[in-house]
Amino acid sequence: MSWWRDEAREPLRRNLGLVGVLLALFAIGAFIRPELYGDPKWVTNNVLVIMTQAAAVGVVAIGMTFVIIGGGIDLSVGALIALCGVWATTYATQSYGTVGMIFTALAVGIGAGAVNGLLVAYGKLVPFIATLAMLVAARGLAAQISGKQTQISNDAFINSIATTRILGIPMLVIMLLVVAALGWVLLNRTTFGRRTIAVGGNPEAARLAGINVRGHTLALYALSGLCAGIAAIMLTSLATSAQAAAADLYELDAIAAAIIGGTLLSGGRGTIVGSLLGVIVFSTITNLFAIANLPTEVQNMVKGAIIVTAVLVQQLRFDSVTKFARRHGLTRAGAPPEAAAATPAP
Amino acid sequence: MSELLMDAPASGAQEAGEVVLRLSGVVKTFPGVRALDGVELEVRAGEVHCLLGQNGAGKSTLIKVLAGVHRPDEGRVEWLGEQVSFGSPQAAMKAGIATIYQELDLVDYLSVAENVYLGHEPRSLGFVQKGTAARQTRELLGRLGHGEIPARRLVRSLPAAGKQIVSMARALSHEAKLIIMDEPSAVLAHDEVGNLFRIIRELTAQGIAVVYISHRLEEIREIGDRVTVLKDGRTSAVNLPARTTPTRDLVSRMTGRSIEYVFPPRAQQEPGEKEHGSSRPAAAQAAGQGTPHVPLLTVRGLGRTGEFADVDLDVRAGEIVGIAGLVGSGRSELLETVFGARTPDAGTVAVGGRPLPPGNVAAAVRAGLGMAPEERKSQALLLGEPIYRNMTLTTFSGFATAGFTDAGREQAEAMKIADLLELRPRDVRRAVRTLSGGNQQKVVVGRWLLGGTRLLLLDEPTRGVDVGARAELYQVIRGLADQGVGVLLVSSEVPEVLGLSDRVLVMREGRVVHTAPAEGLAEEDVLDLVMAGSLTATDERTEEQA
Repeated sequence: MSWWRDEAREPLRRNLGLVGVLLALFAIGAFIRPELYGDPKWVTNNVLVIMTQAAAVGVVAIGMTFVIIGGGIDLSVGALIALCGVWATTYATQSYGTVGMIFTALAVGIGAGAVNGLLVAYGKLVPFIATLAMLVAARGLAAQISGKQTQISNDAFINSIATTRILGIPMLVIMLLVVAALGWVLLNRTTFGRRTIAVGGNPEAARLAGINVRGHTLALYALSGLCAGIAAIMLTSLATSAQAAAADLYELDAIAAAIIGGTLLSGGRGTIVGSLLGVIVFSTITNLFAIANLPTEVQNMVKGAIIVTAVLVQQLRFDSVTKFARRHGLTRAGAPPEAAAATPAP
Repeated sequence: MSELLMDAPASGAQEAGEVVLRLSGVVKTFPGVRALDGVELEVRAGEVHCLLGQNGAGKSTLIKVLAGVHRPDEGRVEWLGEQVSFGSPQAAMKAGIATIYQELDLVDYLSVAENVYLGHEPRSLGFVQKGTAARQTRELLGRLGHGEIPARRLVRSLPAAGKQIVSMARALSHEAKLIIMDEPSAVLAHDEVGNLFRIIRELTAQGIAVVYISHRLEEIREIGDRVTVLKDGRTSAVNLPARTTPTRDLVSRMTGRSIEYVFPPRAQQEPGEKEHGSSRPAAAQAAGQGTPHVPLLTVRGLGRTGEFADVDLDVRAGEIVGIAGLVGSGRSELLETVFGARTPDAGTVAVGGRPLPPGNVAAAVRAGLGMAPEERKSQALLLGEPIYRNMTLTTFSGFATAGFTDAGREQAEAMKIADLLELRPRDVRRAVRTLSGGNQQKVVVGRWLLGGTRLLLLDEPTRGVDVGARAELYQVIRGLADQGVGVLLVSSEVPEVLGLSDRVLVMREGRVVHTAPAEGLAEEDVLDLVMAGSLTATDERTEEQA
């Protein structure tokens, strides 16, 4: 009865909403191309295609979710993917073999993320500015390293990741799900996650509770950089190459996914599942447009409309709850009647 | 109440100007609070009418009613002889009532002229007449005796006093007939106050009425014509002559509240004796420095430039030490510095004889300090998060194993505290947002109990807490002290400091001006000290245990 008003259930309601959107998109697809959607084999395969396309963005969206919950934003993730990919595929790095390449991608990601974190936490730069500067600089460095050439990956193992399937499920999809699962545990079951929520929800309260706010902020950006490094390996595997222009605008997709997944841009609240669903929704739309043979320009317009609609619906719902609460004499938005009744008792 | 009211319009105003504003029986309620409960006010043209009252007496609400921010629930507001009800601040402004708030509402990156004419720029064909605005602004500034302020200068670059002048120019640009000034002297240095008074006199000479709010009695004596005193949302006296009413009278009308404060009994103490934590084994026994027992908290010579200076204080185990003082007296800053949230420029803080590293909250927490800050919502709570997570905000790492949190144990521990503090509702998984102010405060205090805190710093622990819940909080605080926790308490409400503390420090303008056992102090005396009244010369310091 009251579960729809219970604040703690809000993420669940939102995620159910996104599942509803996915079902609606599926229904639209089935309406446009009934002959394809009638074939279970095709449908299964298509779902895996959607998930594969979502994989790299999904991984950075998980990192992005942590940064946003922690009260920041990371505009540099797309550029970091390019930088990590290029750095990991130079002749020099490739000479160290698979381990050397993977290590380089991850280390460059963490390092660049840590620089973001240092600028934000200790240099007191606004996250938007610090990571925007990193975006520009990382693209520049990637172009410098690669000489603006596409660098071919000769590593058999890395190239095979994108083509490997385990129990019929593509390796990239498994990687996304593993990262998401680890992210979920990290956010919901560890002290790191608890600190993230505290630091983003009320930095002053966190500070006065003795939490190392700056150190934690630094760690969050490093985590986002790590995710960019993982995504770089995935993209390099998909393309069997890396280039400075790779992963263009991934940061916007990742931010949009987190937002429609219910992560508050002001920090303190968000879910891993929501961000994952957000990425899948965008990927499904791309897929749907391909199936319907519509141009990508229209697709981008629809994406924009979806982001706006999602945020509007979010506000609308909040307003209506507030109004409902007021009409029923509740003191605060969403305050259950028992709490209000308990107040005046001496 | 009515016997207190003096219908003596002629008593204060020199040559009784006509009445411009008359309030009768104004009531304004907010959920759970009757902020104004029948207020009378009469303001005449050309007078400086002072509003006096303690914190929470309803001054701010009254100002907001006059400024059109709040609509009164009951009562009459007559402006220039007509009953009015302003729907918005703009409406009040248009009618000729301008308000100069304590936090000046100017736009830093606009020029002086742009600020003065913000929202009513002189226009022609839709284009702002910058020249006209600048010229008229210069005229207004000249009228205020401050023609030297350049009309095109950015407001940002002006000092506080200059910004205040700009605010007044803006009021004049609306052709205000009544200007409300909310503690205008609070942001000014001593010599600037004289200048402010000169301007006020010029304004009143032009027939403009001024409602002046200040905590400083000497200012009211100097600039005021008549005084209206508020107490607990009611007028306890109207139209007293500002210059001749004895201080005692004014203060007694501000105090002697109708709301009953219910304080728990103090721990066993010989009447008249100073601090004894005698009966508790852990507590430091006997007063004085001669004993080997080190006080729980020792602060020596603590200072921060521009905030407070040279503060010495001790808190013993099981003792509640209260700090009385006005907003801006440096009390909150002092508390935050002791806690390490601000870094001191001078002095030391030691817990149990061991010095704390300055400006390090984590170290203070480890040493057993806990703080409930002044702004509960913005400084202490994660409103959307469940109660138990708010309670374990400092301790969740301790409950965790290898970095994995233990929500079950956290909830169990939080539940114990909830029982101890009689938290309502008792369901610790509920979001803190849904709790009343008093229960939110219990969550903040409860947080520190979980951590085994030895010394609690409480900044305005009962702000926004209703009467019944206050009594409960007092019980909780006294109960903690009885268990040997030391408490350092800051409050604007003098009765609260007196009723709850064992020992009281009075702070004024960044200095401790008086230290005494709470039992020997009268509310009037403390108020007098706090407001720099006549009882003692300014910086006389009663040595603590010297």
